[in-house]
Parts: sequence; C-alpha cells; structure tokens
Amino acid sequence: MNAIEVRELHKRFGDVTAVDGIDLTVAAGEVVAFLGPNGAGKTSTIDTLLGLSTPTSGSVRVHGLPPREAVRRGLVSAVMQTGGLLKDFTVRETVAYTAALFATHRPVDEVMARAGITEIANRRVGKCSGGQQQRLRFAMALLPDPALLVLDEPTQGMDVAARRQFWAQVRADAQAGRTILFATHYLEEADAYADRIVLVRHGRVVADGTAAEVKALAAGRSVRATWPGADVAYLRTLPGVNSVEVRGDSVLIHATDSDTVARYLLNLTPARDLELAAAGLEDAFMALTSDNATVGATR
Amino acid sequence: MTVALDRHVPLLGGFNGAVIGLEIRRMLRNRRTLLLSMVIPTVFFLAFGSIPGSGSGASVLVSMAVYGAVLATTSGGAMVSIERAAGWSRQLRTTPLAPAAYIAVKMATSVVLSAAAVGVVYLVAAATGKAAMPVWMWIVTGVAAWLGSLLFTAFGLFVGYLMPSENVMQVIAFVLMLFSFAGGLLLPLSLFSPALRTAASFTPMWGLNGLVHYPLAGGSFNWLWVANLAAWLVVFTAGAAWRFSKDTARV
Repeated sequence: MNAIEVRELHKRFGDVTAVDGIDLTVAAGEVVAFLGPNGAGKTSTIDTLLGLSTPTSGSVRVHGLPPREAVRRGLVSAVMQTGGLLKDFTVRETVAYTAALFATHRPVDEVMARAGITEIANRRVGKCSGGQQQRLRFAMALLPDPALLVLDEPTQGMDVAARRQFWAQVRADAQAGRTILFATHYLEEADAYADRIVLVRHGRVVADGTAAEVKALAAGRSVRATWPGADVAYLRTLPGVNSVEVRGDSVLIHATDSDTVARYLLNLTPARDLELAAAGLEDAFMALTSDNATVGATR
Repeated sequence: MTVALDRHVPLLGGFNGAVIGLEIRRMLRNRRTLLLSMVIPTVFFLAFGSIPGSGSGASVLVSMAVYGAVLATTSGGAMVSIERAAGWSRQLRTTPLAPAAYIAVKMATSVVLSAAAVGVVYLVAAATGKAAMPVWMWIVTGVAAWLGSLLFTAFGLFVGYLMPSENVMQVIAFVLMLFSFAGGLLLPLSLFSPALRTAASFTPMWGLNGLVHYPLAGGSFNWLWVANLAAWLVVFTAGAAWRFSKDTARV
C-alpha cells in the first residue's frame, strides 16, 4: 500500500488558491523532497496530510486511511516549522508528555538519543537554540515509530552546521525503512537528501522525478540575443529548451543544450549580440519555478 | 527493516495520569500562579484574619480559600490561551490527543490545583490557630470552596479561547479582583449601597461566596446563590464550548 495517495487536491482560503490540483503518490520507503518557493502550496498540502486542515476538494489518504485516523494510530508524525513548543517544560518533559499521548511508543530515552538531545534533557525548552528545538521536535516525531515522517521546512533559520547535523540525524533514521516527505525551498537540500524531488509552483506539481532528472531539467545555460520579433514558438521546439522569454527587442532562452540554440540563432536568424551564461543550480531552480518557465513533468 | 503498520488508538483520546502529572508540575513552576493562588491568600488571611471588624478569622479564611482556588482554576483553564499562542495546541493536533481529552486534562489539573490552593491556606490557618470552627465546618467549607471554584475552570477556558495572547493572566487577575469585590469576598456586602448590592448579586462570585459562607454565617438559605452559580456555570460552559468548537473548526 502507498504511504501517500493525494488525488486532485484543491485548497482555497477565501479568494486565495493555495493548492490547485495536486496529485501525489508516494510509495512506502521513499524519501521525497517537496520543493518549491514560498507560497507554492507546500505547507497547505502538508497540513491536509496531517489532518490539520481539510481539503476544499480532492482526497488524501495516508496508508489507506483518512489523515486524522493515521495520526491517531501513530502512522504519521511531523516536524513542523518554528513554534509549537512550551517554554516552561524541560526537553525531557516535552518528550514524555508527547509520549503519554500515544497508545504505544518508542522509549523516551531512545528517541532523545536518536535525535541527539540526551545531553540537554533537563534544559528548559525556552533556553534551547533553534537547532536544539528542532531536534527536540524530531525526537517527538520519532516517538510513535511513524511509517511516514513529514518534515515541513525543518531547517528554516538554522545555520549551516546545525542544518548539516539535523540532516545527519534524519538520514540515519531513514535507513529504518521509514517513508519521509520533507518540504524545503533549498534546492541543495532536496538534492542531497531525497531519492525523488517533487517540484511545486502555484499549487501544482511542475516536475516530479529523481534528483538527477529534475536537475537535468534545471541545468543548462541561458542564451540572450537581440532579435526583434523573435520566433518564440519555433525556439520552444528546439531540443533542450526549457524556457523562452521576450524582453523588448531581446530574447532570453534557458536551455540544457545551449550550443544548438546558439548555432540556430547565428546561422538561421537575424539574431545578434549573443550572450551565453552558465546558470547556477539556484538560478535554474528559479527558472523552473518562475512564472515564465515552461517545464514538462518527467513522470 | 520495516516499520509496523498494525497500530492502536489510545484509550480515552489520550487522557491519562502521566499527562496530568506533567501539567501540574508545569503549573507549579509558574511563579505568578503560585503567588496569586497560594501565597497572597495566605498572607491576606494572616494579615486580616484577626483584625476586629473584618469578620471572624474563619470567615476571612473561607473568603481567601475561595479567592485562591478560583485563581488556580481560572489560570488552569486560561493556559489554553498561552498554549495556542505558542503553537502547542497545533503541535498536539499532530498527536492522537482528542480535543475533548485536552479539555478534560485541563479540568483535572484544575481540580488538583484548586485543592492545593484551599489546602495551603487551611493548613496555615490550622497551624496558627487563627480561625475557630468546629471540625465538620472546616471540612464542609473547604470542600465547598474547592468544588465551587471548579466553575471558574470553564471561565478560564472561555477567556483563554477568546484572547489568544500572552497577557491573558494579567487580565484575569484584574477581572477576578473585580468579581471578588462584587461577590462580597473581600469586603462585606453590607458596606455596599442597596442598589450596588442588587447589582453585585448578578456577578459570578456572589453565589459561590454566599454558599461557602453559609455554614459559618448561618441564617436563612438563599436559593438565589444556587441560581447565580448555576446560571454562570451555563454561561461559562456554553461560552467555552462555543469558542472551542470555533477553534477546532478553524484548523
């Protein structure tokens, strides 16, 4: 049975459409990055997976159950963004409190050791750093030994060292056969820790594949040329072209095969003043998720 | 290695002794709550319990016990406000804890804390010998103050859901002070003008105050005390239930 089955999910808040028809199937044991810019609908989708909000339309199943039922059985747990902790509890008390809410759970000492917070067990939550609080949330999420672990922007606001330490702990845990879905807007994080990347934009899935496949979509160079009245439709049909954008008299093309584009422009069109630039991974991600991008899903 | 998929749902929606124990420990760590519900009533009793004209020591004792117990239960209920502001309520919704079980935990915590508030001032009174009452009256008034104050758990929950703010405790301390004056807890109502006395009889602590003092003061039993208590119980419970359902629907 699939860990996650999302069909035609829509979520609207008044006039704002946060999720605009997402389909997502995640098999048990996959580690999936839910990648997209802020406001792409990642958190809204995750909230429905956890039963924190109900879809406007569409269906969500977690291990074949409605989300709230899966939560009650400890099949799914989550590490949410900042907040969600009481300052006047100690780290250990917070874990013990959460543990007491489940029918069965892993021992408190075990999850604290796995999250690397044994040394700060008696510290007040209010005195913990952001990274320590996040590892505490991770320990709480491990308590029910969840089949599906959902992490919503788990390293938001952490410095590089804390981020790396956090992911080391998550990665060690993923070897236990758990399904993991994490939302992030850091492309390198998705690249480093996920088997599969689902790229979302404006509440829709725009790309879905292995990290290599999505990176191939995003990799490449940008070609800029002056060409009044450029033949945009034809440019889009060239091999390896990801996006074409017209800015006044110039045309901006993002392509994995920039040589073919350049050869075409110089040999067969009146285009001139050609400029080629390598796109960084982050630029490529921006290209994929920007409003003008034209990207095909690989799955 | 695989993760087991055969799972169970917790009994009683997650309501259990371990959770209540941790809640009590956390409340006892809150200095403001301890000060208002236990230290101040005790100090007031010691200060005013033996002043001529302020009523007998026993009467002041009962008033202070009610005041402390009401503060404890209201604070216990109003903790939901701080927990909502901190995002803890949302965190709890990613666990099996049922919303009704969460409320039950808050109420159970209040039961224990109000017993402690009454117990502390009664113990000090017994130790110092400043309140003269027959043994049965110690028990009856103590239990009445304890159980009657539970009404204010609903009040605390109502206010807690109404005001999602860290400042809710200051507001509550002030409002309860007003209720206490109007209820006749801090000054005898005979000092009020007749019009003011009538108005006071509609405030939430008037009925409780009359009932708890009745064994001590004697005289005729006033059914309006019961009516007052019952009416406010309905108002606070309905208010808390209304805000609570709004809160879970909003998620």
